[in-house]
Amino acid sequence: MSDTTATPSWTQGLGPDAVCAQYLATGEFRIQHCRGCGRHVFYPRLACNHCGSVALEWVPASGRGVVYALSIVNRSAEKGGPYNVVLVDLAEGPRVMSRVDGVPNDAVCIGLAVQARVATGAGSEPCVVFDAVPVGVAA
Amino acid sequence: MSGGIRGSAAIVGAALAGLGEAPGRSSEEIAVEASVKALAEAGLTTCHVDAVFGSLPGNANPLSALLIAEMLGVQPKFTDNNRTGGSTFLSYTLIAAMALKEGLCETALIFYGSNQRTAAGKLISSVKPFAYEAPYAPIFPATSYALAASRHMHEYGTTREQLAAVAVAARAWANLNPEAFMRGPLSVADVLASRMVSSPLTVRDCCLVTDGGAALVMTTAARARHLPMKPVYLLGAAAATTHMNIVAMPDLTQTAAIDSGRRAFEMARLTPRDIDVVELYDAFTINTILFLEDLGFCKKGEGGAFVASGAISPGGALPVNTNGGGLSCVHPGMYGMFTLVEAVRQLRGEAGARQVAGATLALCHGNGGVLSSQVTNILGTEATL
Repeated sequence: MSDTTATPSWTQGLGPDAVCAQYLATGEFRIQHCRGCGRHVFYPRLACNHCGSVALEWVPASGRGVVYALSIVNRSAEKGGPYNVVLVDLAEGPRVMSRVDGVPNDAVCIGLAVQARVATGAGSEPCVVFDAVPVGVAA
Repeated sequence: MSGGIRGSAAIVGAALAGLGEAPGRSSEEIAVEASVKALAEAGLTTCHVDAVFGSLPGNANPLSALLIAEMLGVQPKFTDNNRTGGSTFLSYTLIAAMALKEGLCETALIFYGSNQRTAAGKLISSVKPFAYEAPYAPIFPATSYALAASRHMHEYGTTREQLAAVAVAARAWANLNPEAFMRGPLSVADVLASRMVSSPLTVRDCCLVTDGGAALVMTTAARARHLPMKPVYLLGAAAATTHMNIVAMPDLTQTAAIDSGRRAFEMARLTPRDIDVVELYDAFTINTILFLEDLGFCKKGEGGAFVASGAISPGGALPVNTNGGGLSCVHPGMYGMFTLVEAVRQLRGEAGARQVAGATLALCHGNGGVLSSQVTNILGTEATL
């Protein structure tokens, strides 16, 4: 059942999209934690997509994740060449779209352990990207 | 309750318009042309139409059913512009059947029309870029399907050759269909060697960008028997949605077709084994594999081997996408209507060189968004009631 008393601010102030954008603008990757069911939520929502509770609080993401799916977009060389698009399962549960930086596209694979950091996206907006975790380092 | 809808309404007119390229003609005009043809075939006129369902591509005409009704001079009792993507049309048939059964209307017109190829040269989409995907510049919608394909390959060992086999089968059917836009030889090697779009999908793993329109006329089963065309009855229909954006799809190897298919078969009181001909929304080659698995035509994970065996090609055990599909026949943005029109033609025995002999039961399946909305229809002839 939704807990509508725990967070009176859920109907006021900046919505979760704007809050997330503010965190990213300061270089911080935060996700939401649901006090109703204990699960994590991302992308940001006003109500928990697992249980419907509005008792969502912002917590720092561990940034740890594993590549779940992968595609290389075949952009032409004159426009910058091919780039990878991945879905990453975060250690906390949510799945995000992103890219893996710092390694050649053919080194990116499903199952690759990755670590998040805030960088910039196609429109120069702040966004979460991932680096491959070096082999031998516990993810 | 669902047993009440089974066979209560029938498709009595089905028509295509502007297939391939229709230079100088608007999406609305293509939709109207298909509508007029479908009504004529049904032995009816615009005066009979009292319910209008339909969509046009993009956001130019979000109130599209109002506009097409106006262009036809129809003042409907019931109008629906519901948009779930390319699956929408298979929901219209269900809603129309419900409205017909309840006596809310007597003659339902369902339409689609698009001039996207000659007007824009690319897919016209109404989907707004998603803030949590846009920074990574996925190609919409191809990259989302490519991600699903990558996961299916990872989990089940599905190969690019098996994906290509879907495109090859679609082309073989298109080669039997004089109305198909892309005809001529196509091999697995051709598909693999064609331009990569978003790996593992090449341009030949992706549907066409064409113009085209289609229309259906539906009425009650009782009235259908007095009209000129052999009625095609809606025996089962169900919809299911899991997500909108690919990040929110629970499992990229399992679509909501598992659910829509099960409920549609339940309503129709049939099983996959009963079906003579299958028309699936093949926006990308992975779709056909996923839907064959999820609708119960083969086991999960075995779709790749199933299509590569030749089972879905002309002469195979399970004729799939007998018009050539979105991959080789027509794909004007939202393909759902074309699954229905082809099924109607097959069940009437009008499909010429590509006719599936003795077909009495057809399954049509529509997909909307990025594997998001799944809608299944099961159609049958009088003998299957």
